[in-house]
Amino acid sequence: MITTRALTKRYGRVVAVDHVDLDVRDGDRYGFLGPNGSGKTTVVRLLLGLVYATSGEIEVMGRPVPSRVAEVLPWIGALVEGPSCYGHLSGRANLALLDAAGKARGPLGRRTRRRRIAEALDRVGLAGVDNRPVKKYSLGMRQRLGLAAALLRSPRLLVLDEPTNGLDPQGIREIRDLLGELNRAGTTVFLSSHQLAEVEQLCTRVGIVDRGRLVLQQDLGELRAPTGRVVVRTPDADRAAALLDGRVEQRDGDRLLVAEAEPAAVNARLVAAGLRVAEIGPERRSLEELMLSVTGSGSDRIDPAGRAGGARGAALRGADDGRGEQ
Amino acid sequence: MIRVELVKLVRRPRSWVSIALLCGLPVLVAVFVAVTHIAPPPGQGPALLSAVLSNGSLYPAAALAIVLPIFLPVAVAVVAGDSIAGEAGSGMLRYLLARPVGRTRLLVAKLVALVLYTLTAVVAVAVTSYIAGRALFGVQPVTVTSHGVTSGPAIAANVAATSLSGTSLTPGDVLIRTVGAIAFIGVSMLGVGAIALFLSTLTDSALGAALGALAALVTSEVLVTLNAAASVSPYLPTRYWLAWVDFFRQPVLWRSIDRGFAVQGVYVVVLLAAAWANFATKDITS
Repeated sequence: MITTRALTKRYGRVVAVDHVDLDVRDGDRYGFLGPNGSGKTTVVRLLLGLVYATSGEIEVMGRPVPSRVAEVLPWIGALVEGPSCYGHLSGRANLALLDAAGKARGPLGRRTRRRRIAEALDRVGLAGVDNRPVKKYSLGMRQRLGLAAALLRSPRLLVLDEPTNGLDPQGIREIRDLLGELNRAGTTVFLSSHQLAEVEQLCTRVGIVDRGRLVLQQDLGELRAPTGRVVVRTPDADRAAALLDGRVEQRDGDRLLVAEAEPAAVNARLVAAGLRVAEIGPERRSLEELMLSVTGSGSDRIDPAGRAGGARGAALRGADDGRGEQ
Repeated sequence: MIRVELVKLVRRPRSWVSIALLCGLPVLVAVFVAVTHIAPPPGQGPALLSAVLSNGSLYPAAALAIVLPIFLPVAVAVVAGDSIAGEAGSGMLRYLLARPVGRTRLLVAKLVALVLYTLTAVVAVAVTSYIAGRALFGVQPVTVTSHGVTSGPAIAANVAATSLSGTSLTPGDVLIRTVGAIAFIGVSMLGVGAIALFLSTLTDSALGAALGALAALVTSEVLVTLNAAASVSPYLPTRYWLAWVDFFRQPVLWRSIDRGFAVQGVYVVVLLAAAWANFATKDITS
């Protein structure tokens, strides 16, 4: 669906995107993660042909971008860096103008416009919206209108940059359900975000970008597979540690980390020895841990000269470079 | 896309407010002149104004002379400066291009909307001032000389002073000459629009583009009056702005009119080409 090879974009001396090799497959729910200023939005703009690459190649739906991007853009719904509208017009008028701006015939032409607008507004929860101008909309309503604009032409690929900005928890949930539903109906979703929870709950695959470089790209299921260790919480931590002697890798109060793949087996041993187990399960890496381990702090954190990017970021980056290049 | 641009222009209150203001100024001037009967002496004040006191059918030309130096260029520069930079500023540019609308198509649509706006503004000024002129000054036969316009009762003094015989113009002649003047002013304003449109592709600030174009015009106006800059003055955009007055001479004095058309043509072509080259290859980061 989306393939990039050594995609690089420089703005003057700043390298915004640095040799990125994206691979988004048909039907994916792809989460594109990264700290603020890491180059996510620039990648989205590159994919849509808004910004031209310094070097490298992009292919979207089998067509080279930007040379033939006009052939695939009609099949792409996009939300880039927040929604935009003409403030003095109503939501419906905005959608109608945007729809009329491009060429279209047949099922996506002028005749179906009213119906498509009504459907898109219904999908994003704005079906009952009145004719007030968009400048009177709340942030969440604008966000929904932006999503409606992306859905207007039943796209096969949705490229969404921070789609849940400004939405309340209910709104976020609704949008997540909507995207899941669209995905089941065959739409590939490319979701750029810095909100881990959003990606963790929706996506099947993640790419993590840090300072313009893609440091990780993998199926979320694999990333979050059990690590081969078991986490045990027990009030009898001392005795448990003695019992599992040699297998306990780490201890933190009543929490033990045991080098054992099977929680059930560990549990049976502990219980057989008469120890109380409060909680037991396989250790999984959370997306947050993963993200923090492979990325530095965002570009919105400005440290004094000589400590560029923050000590934590610099140290971890050094240690994790090898993994990033897998 | 052209239709969409026109819809946007029509549905934008600013378009109508600016045209109403453009039409309002000459009407205001007409009321003052008609009430007080104090017209600027010939050769002073806005061109032709001295002649209209006795003849309302010339008032459209006088009205254009009133709005030409500042009002009209400001209105055109604001609309043209807004064309690309305004979309960029509102964030709609990225959505239009991703819709997709070709960049060249978008630029052409903006240009067509700009041309229609300019023509609407100029014609609206001419029509409203014709109505105001007829109502306030009445209609008399127009007489023109090689020195310019005179009319009705003013003829005697003027002819005596210049010893040149005037030729009477039929209302049809006045109409044709006024249309010629409107076309000339329209093209001059298109030159202003081309400057602002080019700047509009350079910046994301509509205000910046409009002010940049006006700064270019002010610079040009200053240099035109400066003897030391005489060598460049034939190439300045505002050098022949007032040449449309020559439509109201007998015979019509084509030299400056032709040069005016040529200079504006070159500016329009070069600046539009530059705008296209810049916009088609530009990174859209707004």
